[in-house]
Amino acid sequence: MHRATRSYRSDLARVRGLGSAKEGAREWWMTRLTSAALVPLTVWFVVSIVGLVGADHAAVVAWLGSPVAAGIMILFIVVTFHHTQSGLKVVIEDYVHVEWLKIGAIVLVTFASIVLALAAIIAVLVIAFGD
Amino acid sequence: MVQLTLPANSKIRAGKTVKAPPGAKRVKTFKVYRWNPEDGQTPQVDAFEIDLDACGPMVLDALIKIKNEIDSTLAFRRSCREGVCGSCAMNIDGANTLACTKFIDDVKGDTRVYPLPHMKVVKDLVPDLGGVFAQYALIEPWLKTQSPPPERERPQSPEERARLDGMWECILCFCCTTSCPSYWWNGDRYLGPAVLLQAYRWIADSRDEYTGERLDALEDPFRLYRCHTILNCTRTCPKGLNPAKAIAEIKKLMVVRR
Repeated sequence: MHRATRSYRSDLARVRGLGSAKEGAREWWMTRLTSAALVPLTVWFVVSIVGLVGADHAAVVAWLGSPVAAGIMILFIVVTFHHTQSGLKVVIEDYVHVEWLKIGAIVLVTFASIVLALAAIIAVLVIAFGD
Repeated sequence: MVQLTLPANSKIRAGKTVKAPPGAKRVKTFKVYRWNPEDGQTPQVDAFEIDLDACGPMVLDALIKIKNEIDSTLAFRRSCREGVCGSCAMNIDGANTLACTKFIDDVKGDTRVYPLPHMKVVKDLVPDLGGVFAQYALIEPWLKTQSPPPERERPQSPEERARLDGMWECILCFCCTTSCPSYWWNGDRYLGPAVLLQAYRWIADSRDEYTGERLDALEDPFRLYRCHTILNCTRTCPKGLNPAKAIAEIKKLMVVRR
């Protein structure tokens, strides 16, 4: 049934392929670290936002303008987008098997994560240093 | 990118039905996957009604009865009939296991018998294991040392030996590897739970002197890190082993040595 793609390469040659990439441990560890960091950061984010329900615009700006809130918010943004990017990359590597599409999708996800993270960080900075 | 229609050989037809002999009291139907590479047909599922009063207690007994008494063209691997050779690994009632240690009575209703999932089929219940055994060869499953061989055997303390428990028992049936969705999607590069458990068996061996090189060969986004701890491997292992834990130990060592 696989006549069209029949190859006389041995199974061992095929399986050894291009060898080990000798990397992956760092990326794997960073995904664990960011997911652990996201637990307290997300709790902080949700509690803060719930605490601001009903507050007017000035109160929210004043809260986000404080150094501690702005700092933690930027940390939250960086960790969230780092984790999103590495998670989506793994999903794409798992399921997309057309090489150009795979590389294209990973590049797109990486660029989009950086742009969105930067936009969010700059928004926080504008509020913090706005006036 | 996404294949929306199944390949021709994934469409399975209903096959023949062989009735139990008249007078049989305890009858059980075995629905067995059949595919013959030489007849040009798509796969089919044959139903064999077996008189359990004239059959041994295991699923393998039923398969042997079918081959001996009903249809000698049925192809499957078997050897030891006691769960130590790993030959009769197949998908029974939706889960990978050994036909020789699976009780017929443990399956409610009809017993569906299929080959190990997502492998190329050679014929009927015989999968092509060339790829997984090549992956096994890749991890060089033998003791590798640099220090000269001693006069006698290389000693190991009882504690060092105990670290191999839960790994030496693996019989390479590949029930775990073929139950792993990550292996289904990326089996050309991901080594799969059975081979990674074997890799760790040599990494954990106190007598082996090539631990670093072994870790080097595994540190790869695909060879090792396609494991997403789905745990089908541990759930399905007919020997009750824990390949997922072995993989976790390898990942731990990758971080420890950094």
